[in-house]
Amino acid sequence: MNGIELRFRHAYEGFDLDVALALPGSGVTAVFGPSGCGKTTLLRLVAGLEAAREGFLRIGDDIWQDGSRMLAPHKRRIGYVFQDANLFPHLTVNQNLLYGTRRLASDERLPTLDPLVDLLGIRALLDRRPSRLSGGERQRVAIARALAVNPRILLMDEPLAALDQDRKKEVLPYLKTLQRELRIPILYVTHSPDEVAQLASHLVVLRGGRLVADGPIQEVLSREDLPLTLGEDACSVFDAVVAGRDPEDHLLRLRIGGQELLVREHPCEDDARIRVRILARDVSLALERQTGTSILNHLSVQVMDVIQDAHPAQALVRLSLEGSPLLARVTHRSLNVLGIRPGMRVWAQVKTMALLG
Amino acid sequence: MLTSEDWGAIRLTLRLASTTTAILFVVGTPIAWWLSRSRGMLRNAVAAVVAVPLVLPPSVLGFYLLMAMGASGPIGAFTQWIGIGILPFTFPGLVVASVLYSLPFMVQPLQASFEAVGAGPMEAAATLRASPLDRFLTVALPLAAPGIATAGVMTFTHTVGEFGVVLMLGGNIPEVSRVVSVQIYDHVEAFEYGRAHALAGVLLAFSFAVLFLMQRLRLRGVGP
Repeated sequence: MNGIELRFRHAYEGFDLDVALALPGSGVTAVFGPSGCGKTTLLRLVAGLEAAREGFLRIGDDIWQDGSRMLAPHKRRIGYVFQDANLFPHLTVNQNLLYGTRRLASDERLPTLDPLVDLLGIRALLDRRPSRLSGGERQRVAIARALAVNPRILLMDEPLAALDQDRKKEVLPYLKTLQRELRIPILYVTHSPDEVAQLASHLVVLRGGRLVADGPIQEVLSREDLPLTLGEDACSVFDAVVAGRDPEDHLLRLRIGGQELLVREHPCEDDARIRVRILARDVSLALERQTGTSILNHLSVQVMDVIQDAHPAQALVRLSLEGSPLLARVTHRSLNVLGIRPGMRVWAQVKTMALLG
Repeated sequence: MLTSEDWGAIRLTLRLASTTTAILFVVGTPIAWWLSRSRGMLRNAVAAVVAVPLVLPPSVLGFYLLMAMGASGPIGAFTQWIGIGILPFTFPGLVVASVLYSLPFMVQPLQASFEAVGAGPMEAAATLRASPLDRFLTVALPLAAPGIATAGVMTFTHTVGEFGVVLMLGGNIPEVSRVVSVQIYDHVEAFEYGRAHALAGVLLAFSFAVLFLMQRLRLRGVGP
């Protein structure tokens, strides 16, 4: 798809939402920020549920808003997943799924909803009323209902926020499947760093109605002015390929570009793409490849630049691992002793990393 | 027990109550919907006007209507101009008065049940390609169904029980404006307590039956 272009100015509870963005036409774009930053409002503006007094919105080749002229929400080809599912309580699951389908022109309609029903695992629920579903089931039905109208874009407003920890774990794999299988772009609003790290390929950060950062997730996470912390600490994420296994040691071999990483065994298929998160504090630097160490992963990287960290003793070093940014937290003293400067090739030792499945 | 005059009053009362309820469904639904979705001064003013019959003595309402619909009142002038004469002491006049008198009993339960539907399901329907009228018919109305039933029952029973307005505006003309409550009053005035008892008993039984039915409706709600 041709990508998304949006510009909105909108008076919003005490401050103005003022955002201009060009977003990719595929993959998951996470809209991330603290509550009250305007991220849900942004999503509602895209859906047309909120009317901006001025704006521009283009999804692919369709213009949905230009100046003050805007298309009514029911005329936009969107799928919208609400935080609290918002299923119709007077209809069964099946009737909920068919509600939107019936209102489509025949050439917009999916030939059958069967693949969707199976994708979200809701076949057994079709005859039930929403009141007899668990929170996780409700959210899966809501996702299926949103996709049943064959939308151009899927808008998701914190679909996991209303669920407890166990229900989140139940629904998250389905979201990952969507992320892999859907060809339409997904706009995913969340305040959860975990969900961003696991799902997003593109990241938009909002604060007080303004854009703080926007770009591919690797770049945003390693920005020179403010390395964004997803949760506790500065980190980097990579999409690695499963290259094989060392069964006797229960290790999985991952490949990033031409280099290999060893991680603990994890259920996944060979050649699958898997996301890895490495915290900056778990990366140390050495001038030569170390031997006689318990650390397994040694990566050859190039130093891009050095950023001052929050504490004066520490620096964040931006490294290039096969073209992708990797952050390392080290002390200024170490940098001076080792004479590390931008442009040098060094070895990054990674103590531990998280597989995000 | 009941004389043919009594039966005539019962028939007239039922005709008045069902006509009034039908008209109020048509008139009250858009008002209630608008009140449930609006904010601001105009909404508050309209809500107050709708509620006036709740606190105004029926005789006062009846008096003003009599003045307005009489030969020299504005409504009277209009009805004479379109050639249907004046409305007081006719069945249509009684219907107009009942519609105004029972308006809050239709609008308020409807408004409450529309408010209870909330923005969520309506917005979901909008993202699923339903136009505003479509989502009103397929989401708001079914979800508000228990409230709609309550509104209908309240309006009907309240119209059955109306007395003061009828007396001011319709007088006491058999088969035209002598409804059950007026008939009971007549019996008592004439010291015919037996006949008053019979009709009063009918109204009491009717009221109880209706309220009993409403409890059952309320308990059923929108079940699984």
